[in-house]
Amino acid sequence: MAGPALTHPPVPGAPGDRAGGVASRRRTRPPAVLLVPALVAAGVALLPLVYLAVRAFERGPEVAFEIVWQERTLRLVLRSLLLAAVVTGLCLVVGVSLAWLTSRTRVPFRRLLTVLGALPLAVPSYVAAYIWVSFFPRIPPFAGSVLVLTLCTYPYVFLPVRAALQGTDAALEEVARSLGRGRWRTVLTVTLRQVRPAMAAGGLLVALYVLSDFGAVSLLRFDSLTRVIYTSYRSSFDRTPAAVLGLVLVLVTITIVWAESRSRGRAAQARLGTGAARRHVRVRLGRGGTALALLWAALVAGLGVAFPLVGLARWLVVGSSAGFDATRVVEAAGSTVAVSALGAVLTVALAIPVGVLAVRYRGRLVSAVEQAAYAGHALPGIVVALALVFFAVRYAFPVYQRTPLLVLAYAVLFLPAAVGAVRASVALSPPVLEEVARSLGRSPFQALRDVTLRVAGPGVAAGAVLVFLTCMKELPATLLLRPTGMQTLATELWSRTTVGAYAAAAPYAALLVVLAAVPTFLLTTRSTTLGGGGER
Amino acid sequence: MTSRHLLVAATAAALALSLAACGDDDAGAEETTEESTASLVVYSGRNEDLVQPIIDRFAEETGMDVAVRYAGTGELAAQLLEEGERTEADVFFAQDGGALGAIAKEGLFAELPDETLELVDERFRADDGQWVGVSGRARVIAYNPDEVPEEEVPRSVLELTDPRWSGEVGIAPTNASFEAFVTGLRVLEGDDAARAWLEGMAANDVQIFDNNNAVLDAVDNAVVSLGLINHYYWYERVAEVGEDGITARLVFPGGGDPGALVNVAGVGVVATTDAGEEAQQFVDFLLGEEAQQYFAEETKEYPLIEGVETDAALPPLEELDPPEIDLSDLDTLAETQTMIQEAGLS
Repeated sequence: MAGPALTHPPVPGAPGDRAGGVASRRRTRPPAVLLVPALVAAGVALLPLVYLAVRAFERGPEVAFEIVWQERTLRLVLRSLLLAAVVTGLCLVVGVSLAWLTSRTRVPFRRLLTVLGALPLAVPSYVAAYIWVSFFPRIPPFAGSVLVLTLCTYPYVFLPVRAALQGTDAALEEVARSLGRGRWRTVLTVTLRQVRPAMAAGGLLVALYVLSDFGAVSLLRFDSLTRVIYTSYRSSFDRTPAAVLGLVLVLVTITIVWAESRSRGRAAQARLGTGAARRHVRVRLGRGGTALALLWAALVAGLGVAFPLVGLARWLVVGSSAGFDATRVVEAAGSTVAVSALGAVLTVALAIPVGVLAVRYRGRLVSAVEQAAYAGHALPGIVVALALVFFAVRYAFPVYQRTPLLVLAYAVLFLPAAVGAVRASVALSPPVLEEVARSLGRSPFQALRDVTLRVAGPGVAAGAVLVFLTCMKELPATLLLRPTGMQTLATELWSRTTVGAYAAAAPYAALLVVLAAVPTFLLTTRSTTLGGGGER
Repeated sequence: MTSRHLLVAATAAALALSLAACGDDDAGAEETTEESTASLVVYSGRNEDLVQPIIDRFAEETGMDVAVRYAGTGELAAQLLEEGERTEADVFFAQDGGALGAIAKEGLFAELPDETLELVDERFRADDGQWVGVSGRARVIAYNPDEVPEEEVPRSVLELTDPRWSGEVGIAPTNASFEAFVTGLRVLEGDDAARAWLEGMAANDVQIFDNNNAVLDAVDNAVVSLGLINHYYWYERVAEVGEDGITARLVFPGGGDPGALVNVAGVGVVATTDAGEEAQQFVDFLLGEEAQQYFAEETKEYPLIEGVETDAALPPLEELDPPEIDLSDLDTLAETQTMIQEAGLS
């Protein structure tokens, strides 16, 4: 098994042993074919940080420190962290339970439940918040924000965990069962441990999304750090306080990302070969269990998908502005799909080298690159947009207010979603396979492409869809960076709702959901085939 | 299946490389030709649904190609400030005087000719001639008649600190229109009185919302009994759901009360424009009879030139009896914001 290229033979243990850890410690120098593009990705992601530093300190460090050392700043940070923690916890519960139900049990309507489980991603959090407030005007700010943000972001956990559950080796669980562990203890101690990187990556995305969200918290009247950054840009035209608070947000983000990478530890989730080339045995839940499972899935889908749709329908009924300009809607849909697809492609392309490095060549430099990729993610869209305005008018004027710059903004904003997906799925592919490929004469790039990315395929695809869906509803950066005159579904929706023309807004919102359903459906079909023993 | 994934990954990598390396220039060159046919670029913080029809009329009349960039007034002001002299904008059409003032302060506007400025009462334009108001919007008190009968609605915002209204008033304190009102309050009554009012409101459990629409919703749903908003939000809502579809009603405080401030939406011509003449034409068109008529009838705002009547549904400007404030005096926004923040309202 060990080829001439290997200085130390890998530990040929059972599936899931520590081979990955040994291998990664041995090969400390990452190949240029990965490192150079990863550094480019990190550089792109750090642009907003540079901009914030320029703006935060342009009136001298004293002013900046004065803004930081306020009791209010600390209070805002704590409030934002509390919201992020609670929402992340709930998203893990909802996302993991649905992922397990749809991939490992015999619960009926699994395909439907999978699509429904991912669909809330298509509902912009500001739309969901608006609908909740309009039905329940007295909804308390904290509880309301927790509810709405959980329902809108749990798919960030659901999708990668589901992909990971399908990618893991069934044999490990079988061994645990055969050694006498009960079914539920096996789930808790073996299965969940195998998908821990996916859970951590998804949870991290949720936490960062919550920190960056403005629309939902402002409608629900929850005072968060991001809300203050936004209102500061919107109303004061004084960029220093907003930039200082933006830097505080980046610090918080980096702390969270660092903590998450520590918690990931050195456990290896890799398996050898394709593992047991057969389907996981799906758990029978029994009649009561099935009923409970269906009830749970229906509750989540009802609150996360059906309720917003009912709200949109009500807009149509109540409002009089319900004009339907088909050309306009189609045009907006076309440009939405185009820029979001470009955004997803660029983001995943930048994420692949970062994600692969993070799994295969962990070291100080690689950790720095990975954390840099996350730096911009908790930043509100308006900050990222203004940073790109700042750089583009100075150094890249030909692309200013052109599609490439908008696509780049999507990459900065959503790189972590793709990095997380790549990392979690590459972690499932054992490095020894790549080494074998190398020993058989493949170049590092070929080995990566032919072996690792093949195994990681479904997870990477899930990441691309995640980014695509997120791009589709992105608003603040799209507004500032789109080519003049270009409309997306999100900008049209914004334009109608700000004048209270809810009936006119409804078709755009509905179309967002419908368009998002297509890739979601394709994804669930494809990964089922791939995960269910089809990878030969 | 997996080969398809590989294909996707390979395409992705290729695309990324081309984007990073040379793609940028190509894309830029391609689209520049498209752009050059537009002879006027307008940054509009006013909503597309509200102003595009009248901009279309302008384009029709002049044969000009007008490209409009729509976003929030505050966001566009921030964008203009970042772009500085390299902006492509020729005109900034903003929803409030504060944003126009911020741009003027950075020296990014050209001075408008006297003929243009004189069309509008001097209260509603910049003293240094850098921007001019186009339409007026009045601050009003929205009330829920199921909670408070009309005759009991206070005619002065100064009464809202009364314990009777504890927890019953909604405001949007981070909104530019509320900030302009507080600045007006400071100009009229002095800083101490303004601070006392804000603190009194905070102590009276005033309810805070993100924007005027949310305040109106809260009044309509009886979450609060009273709300401080701009008048046209109510008229927009009536246009959408009909007068029977909304419970909330409006009181125009009048009597020179600070809460009856009339603010404007306005325009400025960007100093670095290479289409100064066209930009000037656009400003003059907005202050012309047709556009003023449009703002009066379609957006239910106050026309600002003589000879154009206010919509019959609105109390006329003369009867509003707003406080005597020159909008140019509302340029101490930063102090106002500090005061609002210190009172614990933002």
